[in-house]
Amino acid sequence: MPVQYYIFLSIVLFCIGVMGVLMRRNAIIIFMCVELMLNAVNLLMVAFSKMWADAGRVDAAGAQIFVFFIMVVAAAEVAVGLAIIVMVYRKSQSVDINIMNRLKN
Amino acid sequence: MIHLVWLVPFLPLLGFLVNGLGRRYLSRSLAGIIGSGAVLAAFVVSLLIFLDVVKQPEEWTGQVVTLFDFISAGTLHIPFAFQVDQLSALFLLIITGVGSLIHIYSTSYMHDETSEGFARYFAYLNLFVFSMLILVLGANYVMMFIGWEGVGLCSYLLIGYWFKNTNYGNAAKKAFIMNRIGDLGFLLGIFTMIVAFGSVSFSEVADKAAVLGPNNNTIAIIALLLFVGAAGKSAQIPLYTWLPDAMAGPTPVSALIHAATMVTAGIYMIARSNMLYTLAPCIQTVVAVIGLATAVLAATIALKQDDIKKVLAYSTVSQLGYMFLALGVGAYTTAVFHVMTHAFFKALLFLGSGSVIHAMGGEQDIKKMGGLKKYMPVTHVTFLIGCLAIAGIPGLSGFFSKDEILAHTFVSNKLMYAISLLTALMTAFYMFRLYFITFTGKFRGTHEQEHHLHESPAAMTIPLIVLAILSVIGGYVGLPEVFGMGNKLEEYMAPIFKLSAPFAHVHEHLSHNTEWLLMALSSVLVIITIFFARSQFRNYEDNGEVRTGLAKVLENKWYVDELYDAIIVKPLGLLSKFFEDAIEKSGIDRLVNGAGRLVHWGSQQARLLQNGQVGFYIFAMVIGMVVLFVIGFLFK
Amino acid sequence: MGMSLQQIVFGVLSIISIISALGVILSKNPVTSVLCLIVTFFTIAGHYIMLNAQFLAVVHIIVYAGAIMVLFLFVIMLMNLNAEIEPQKRSWLKYAGAISGGALLLVLLAALREASVSSLQPGAVEIGLISNLGKTLFSTYVLPFEVSSILFLSAMVGAVVIGKKEGHES
Repeated sequence: MPVQYYIFLSIVLFCIGVMGVLMRRNAIIIFMCVELMLNAVNLLMVAFSKMWADAGRVDAAGAQIFVFFIMVVAAAEVAVGLAIIVMVYRKSQSVDINIMNRLKN
Repeated sequence: MIHLVWLVPFLPLLGFLVNGLGRRYLSRSLAGIIGSGAVLAAFVVSLLIFLDVVKQPEEWTGQVVTLFDFISAGTLHIPFAFQVDQLSALFLLIITGVGSLIHIYSTSYMHDETSEGFARYFAYLNLFVFSMLILVLGANYVMMFIGWEGVGLCSYLLIGYWFKNTNYGNAAKKAFIMNRIGDLGFLLGIFTMIVAFGSVSFSEVADKAAVLGPNNNTIAIIALLLFVGAAGKSAQIPLYTWLPDAMAGPTPVSALIHAATMVTAGIYMIARSNMLYTLAPCIQTVVAVIGLATAVLAATIALKQDDIKKVLAYSTVSQLGYMFLALGVGAYTTAVFHVMTHAFFKALLFLGSGSVIHAMGGEQDIKKMGGLKKYMPVTHVTFLIGCLAIAGIPGLSGFFSKDEILAHTFVSNKLMYAISLLTALMTAFYMFRLYFITFTGKFRGTHEQEHHLHESPAAMTIPLIVLAILSVIGGYVGLPEVFGMGNKLEEYMAPIFKLSAPFAHVHEHLSHNTEWLLMALSSVLVIITIFFARSQFRNYEDNGEVRTGLAKVLENKWYVDELYDAIIVKPLGLLSKFFEDAIEKSGIDRLVNGAGRLVHWGSQQARLLQNGQVGFYIFAMVIGMVVLFVIGFLFK
Repeated sequence: MGMSLQQIVFGVLSIISIISALGVILSKNPVTSVLCLIVTFFTIAGHYIMLNAQFLAVVHIIVYAGAIMVLFLFVIMLMNLNAEIEPQKRSWLKYAGAISGGALLLVLLAALREASVSSLQPGAVEIGLISNLGKTLFSTYVLPFEVSSILFLSAMVGAVVIGKKEGHES
C-alpha cells in the first residue's frame, strides 16, 4: 500500500484543522483544531517510520520517539492553554477570541 | 646596547600611557617626575647607544633592528624596524637631551595648571618625544611616516593645549592642515617609491636609486614629493605660515617642537634620502632656492615683529631655510651640524623668552618690557649667549655651523652667498634688537608687573645654563678643517653619505685663505650690525608711532596670510558654501529625507494591517503559506 | 485487482476519521465537537496499530482520549457552553476560512501528488514494540526525555499560577 495514501489523509486532516481555526470563534474549538493538526503530522511521521523500517533502517524508531515527544509537548500545552482560557473566561464570561484583540497597540 | 634601541621610544611611550591614563589621579609633582624621568631615562639609553656607535669601526654603516613584520602585502614587505647609525644616534641625543631639559623646565613653567591639565601636558609631550624617536629611528619611509604623523598630531594637541581660547584652537588647526598638505606630498612620494623600487627601506631605496643613476625622472619626482613633505613639516615657503601661529602653545612646546626637534624632521628626511637628492641635481637646486628664499623672507619679517615669541618663530623659519640651503648645495653634514647647534641655541632662546614671559605674567609684547637685565640676571646672561650664538660671533656654536653653510654656498653660487650673508646680518640685527629692547633701557610695563618681576626658579634656570654651555661649546664638534684639526663631525657622519658621495657634483675645493677671509668678513659685518642695533635700541622708547611703508608691510608679514586667505581659503569657503546649499541641502538631503518619508508613509499604511484580530493574523498566515507553496510548486 | 484487507481497513478508518474531523469543526455544540474529536483520535490510534506502532497507539489513547479530551470536556462542562451561546463568525468570514483552507488543501495535494515514495510492506516490523522503543528512548534520547520532565514541571506550575483565583481581586 503506497505511503501516498497516508500523506493524503494527513493533508486532509491537517487542512480540516486549518479550516476549523479559520472558521470558528470559540477558543476551545480552535484549540482542539490545533490538536487535530498535530495529530495529522504525527500520523504522517509514524507512516514514514514504517516506510523506513521496511527499507531496513534501524534508526526508524527515532520518528516514533519524536511523535512521543510531540505528545508530551501537546499535553503540557493543553494544560497551560486551558488554564489561560479558563482565566479569560473568568474575566470576561466568554471564550470568543474576538474579545482578545488587545494585540493592537 | 644597540639591540636595546627599542627602549628609547618605549620609555616615553610608557610615560605617555601612565600620565595619559592616570591624569585624574596623579599629583603635579608625580606627573612631572614620570614625564621627565621617562625622557631622561631615554636620554641615558641614547647616550649609551651613541657611545656604542662611536666605537664602531669606520666601515660600519649602521644596524637594522627588526621587531616584527608590520605590513606584508604581495611582494612588498615593510618590517617594523629601527635603524641605528651615525645619523639616527646623533638625532637621538639631540631629541632626548634637549627634550629632557625642556621637560624639567616645564615642571616649573606649567605649575599654574590644574593637576589634570599638567598630566595631560606631560602626556602629550612624552607622546611627542615617542613619535619623534620613531621618526628618526625608523628603518624605512613608512616608519618615518608614522612618526611624522605622530609628531604632527602632538604639535596640534600642544598648540591647542589651551583649547578654550578660540584663536589658539584655530592656530592648532592651521598647523595641522598645512602639515597635512605637506604630508600628502610625502605620502605620494612613498607610493611612487613603492611603484618604482618595490621597497621603502632606506638602504634598498638608495641602492636601487644608485642603479638608476643621476638625472632620472622617477628619482626627481620622488625627491620633489619628499621635499613637499619636508617643506610642510619644516615650515618652508609656501607652507611656512603655520609655524609663527604655532606660538600659541606653551613656550616650552615652542622650544621643543617648533624650534629644536619636530621642524628639523624635514632636514633629517632629506639627509636620510641624500642618495635621491644627490642623483637629482635639479631638485637640489629647488631645495636650495626655496631654503634661501624662506631664510630671507622670514628674516625680513622678523625685523619688525614686536611679539618676543614671533621674532623667535620667524628666526626659526629663517634658520630652517639656512639648513635647506645647506642641503640644497649638497652639504648634508653641515645641515645636520646646524640642526644640532640650532637645537641648542634656539631652545635656549625660547626657554629664555619663556622665563621672561613667566616673569612678566604672560606679557609677550617687547614694547612693554625693557631693563629686565637687573631683575633676571641668569636669564639675561643665557639669553645673551643665545643671541651671540645665533648671530654667529666667532667661538660660539652658531658661528661654526653658519659659517660652514656660507662657505659651502660660496663654492656653489656667489649670488646665493651674498644673499645668505645679508640674511645672516639681518639675523644678527633682529636678534639684538630683541635683546636690547627686552633687557636694556627702562622698564616700560605697568607698575604691578614691575613689582612682580623676579628671576625664575632653579628648575627653569638650570636648563637655561646647560643649554647656554652647549650653545658655546656645541660648535667644536664640527670645527672646520682650517683650524688645523680634522672636522670630527664630518668624519663621524661620513659613512652615511659615503654611498651618494661619488655621484655628487664636485666643486673646486675652497683654499684656506679664502675660507679665513670669508670668516673674517662675516664676523666683522656681524659685529658692526650688532653695534648698530645697540645704538638703535639700547634706550628704546615706545612712542606709539604707527609704522608706514615697507615697515608696515614687514610688520604684517608681507600680507602672506591675507594673500592665502584671499586666493585659497575664501574660494574654498565659497565652493563649500555652494556644495552645502546646492548639492547637500537641496540635492542629497532631499533624496535621503525623501527615502525616509517614503518608508514612513509606507509603514503608516502597513500599520493598518495590525488590527489586533488574531483570527485575521492566522488567516493572513494561511494565505501566505498557500502563496509560498504555489511559488515553490511553480518554480521548483 | 481487488483490495487487500489492509486497504479496506485503511479506507474505513480514513473515512470515519475525516467525517468525525469535519464534525469537530462543523458542529454547533462544543460537546459534540469534543466527542467527534475523540472518535478521530481513536481512528488515528487504529492507523497506528496498522503501522505497527503499537506502543504509540496505546500512549495516544491514554494521553489524548484519556487525559487531554477529558480535560477539554471538563472545561466545557465547567463553563456550561452550549450551541445557544456559541459565538458565530459572520458568514462571509466562514466562507473565506473554508476557501483558504481548501486552497491550502488543493495546493498541498497538487504539490505532493507525484511525490515518489516507496510502498509499505504488509509484513510486521518490530520497531514499534515497547522494548525496542524503550531502549532507544533511554539510550539515544535520554537527555531530551529528562528535559521533557522539566517542561512538564514548568507547565504544571504555569497552569496552577495562571488558573488560580487572584485573591486580591475578589
